[in-house]
Amino acid sequence: MSVIVEQVTKRFTATGTPAVSDVSFHAPSGAITTLLGPSGAGKSTLLRLIAGLELPDSGSVRIEGVDCTHLPVQQRGIGVVFQSYALFKHMTVRQNIAFGLETRRQPRADVEARVDEMLHLIQLEDLGKRYPSQLSGGQRQRVAFARALAIRPKLLLLDEPFGALDSRVRVELREWLQSLHERTGVTTLLVTHDQEEALEISQHVVVMSDGRVAQAGRPEDIYDRPSTPFVASFVGGTSMLRGHVRSGRAEVGSLVVASAGTAREGAEVHAFVRPHDIKIAKPAHGSTEPTTGRVERLKSVGGYVKVLLKLPTGETVSVEVPRAEFDDLGVVEGDCVQADVRMARVFLGDYAI
Amino acid sequence: MHPTTLVARRERRILSSAAPVRWLLIGVALAFLGFFLVVPLVAVFSYALQKGVGAYLAAIQEPESLAAIRLTLLAAGIAVPLNLAFGLAAAWLIARFRFRGRELLLTLIDLPFSVSPVIAGLIFVLLFGRQGWLGPWLVEHDIHIIFAVPGIVLATLFITFPFVLREVLPIMQAQGSDEEEAALSLGASGWRTFVHVTLPKVKWGVLYGVLLCNARAMGEFGAVSVVSGHVRGSTNTLPLHAEILYNEYNLAGAFAVASLLTVLALVTLAIKKYIEWRAEAP
Repeated sequence: MSVIVEQVTKRFTATGTPAVSDVSFHAPSGAITTLLGPSGAGKSTLLRLIAGLELPDSGSVRIEGVDCTHLPVQQRGIGVVFQSYALFKHMTVRQNIAFGLETRRQPRADVEARVDEMLHLIQLEDLGKRYPSQLSGGQRQRVAFARALAIRPKLLLLDEPFGALDSRVRVELREWLQSLHERTGVTTLLVTHDQEEALEISQHVVVMSDGRVAQAGRPEDIYDRPSTPFVASFVGGTSMLRGHVRSGRAEVGSLVVASAGTAREGAEVHAFVRPHDIKIAKPAHGSTEPTTGRVERLKSVGGYVKVLLKLPTGETVSVEVPRAEFDDLGVVEGDCVQADVRMARVFLGDYAI
Repeated sequence: MHPTTLVARRERRILSSAAPVRWLLIGVALAFLGFFLVVPLVAVFSYALQKGVGAYLAAIQEPESLAAIRLTLLAAGIAVPLNLAFGLAAAWLIARFRFRGRELLLTLIDLPFSVSPVIAGLIFVLLFGRQGWLGPWLVEHDIHIIFAVPGIVLATLFITFPFVLREVLPIMQAQGSDEEEAALSLGASGWRTFVHVTLPKVKWGVLYGVLLCNARAMGEFGAVSVVSGHVRGSTNTLPLHAEILYNEYNLAGAFAVASLLTVLALVTLAIKKYIEWRAEAP
């Protein structure tokens, strides 16, 4: 295990809730690990604690087996890439990349060779003499990566690296980062609030909420088997439906799930349903299915149509229907349809059932 | 026509008033400017050169005038570097750290701007004068501060110390500390980070602050007047010297000295304009 964080707590105010509270997790060596969570979850603070830009109130941080908890940032052997790029504006691309190497007093020729290598790596060989202000956002961020990687860090820390870019460049750079990681193999820790980004490029995901780790695991596990209601609601654009325990089973509308035997009769359960796990059908005439809903709104988004359904209970559910399927269905706003929940995660309190 | 330019035109027309109002406002502004700025400026130089260039140069080369120039340069030469160091350190402290008393410090730093310069001078007289708090001790050790050069330097320091800080602080606050953190993570020491990353970022603000600081240091009258004692050839700065000459009805001499300060002001403005232009360039 490359990065091991143990019981780290950090408060910024003496009385308020901690920004990071008793967090423990590990990031495997050579992999991309993502810290995923809504803003204010403490993920950036955690990254800064690992970088040494903040000091924890308690707990420890180990990087490649070395206890770094009290090591100054300069000696941790890390590369950091910020959302704001944080390039040195008065230096050229080459000077930016060379900065960390010159700090290490390496011979001139070595520095030049390494800078050339880095420029090649980020495919900006011709732009070495430019200043950051003369580059596009995506190019600047690539220079920031090159500058961080030039010093051969043991660990690469990325704080929302694509947050300031437009969506097309963001997707491009995401793929670029993946191929970069395949070539360099540097252990990487990425902070993001973008779940798509997290699920797509990382081998390990740590979901955070309110300064704590909500769930850690492989992206598939996070998506398919969320272990808390928070993770279930945060990942995958889910809708929440309320239901009750009836004769030992959880009932949510027409959906019935076998529940744990300890569940009290009548206890409230929460079901989290993904937009693509609901099938919409036109009801047969005179049908009074309990999950029949009314189409509140239709929005066509590229390859699929977003349908907002209002259920008789007053709850709303968002459903995604593939374009072709929707055209066959032929529903319009205001129609009553039958909604069939194919799959859901059901929680009794904080426990999955 | 492109729609956006059309919108822009219409907005301009909405924002600009009718022609008579516009010309009236411009006329008032120009008259005001002419009366209070251009006329005095012309007057200073015409009075100074009234008796010809020879008399002008002679007035400046008087031993007492030269002594005043030297003292002014000395006071500014000490006050500006010290306030540069202080301003940078205080701006760094206030921009980067949160500590108890930070707001109070920010308020106190503006004291020299808010207090009358004469009061500032009196503070030093009360502190270091013969009847002041430290007076007896100073007399005992034969140290002269009030009515001597150290007093003038102290008063100048006090009056000018917010300039660099006030220019640099907003820039540091606006730019955040990401670049510094990046430099630290690349292995740079605090000092290297300051020299290679922070200073270049605030360079133009620093120059601007130094410029204003210098202009005020050389031109300060009130505070310096109180602590100086007006000893000719020894504790007179340029502004004080100009006043003395004027009081003696030596108009040519007074305006010759005044013209030096005016030239300083004009050069300051020119450099200020240049700095603003450079700071805006990418």
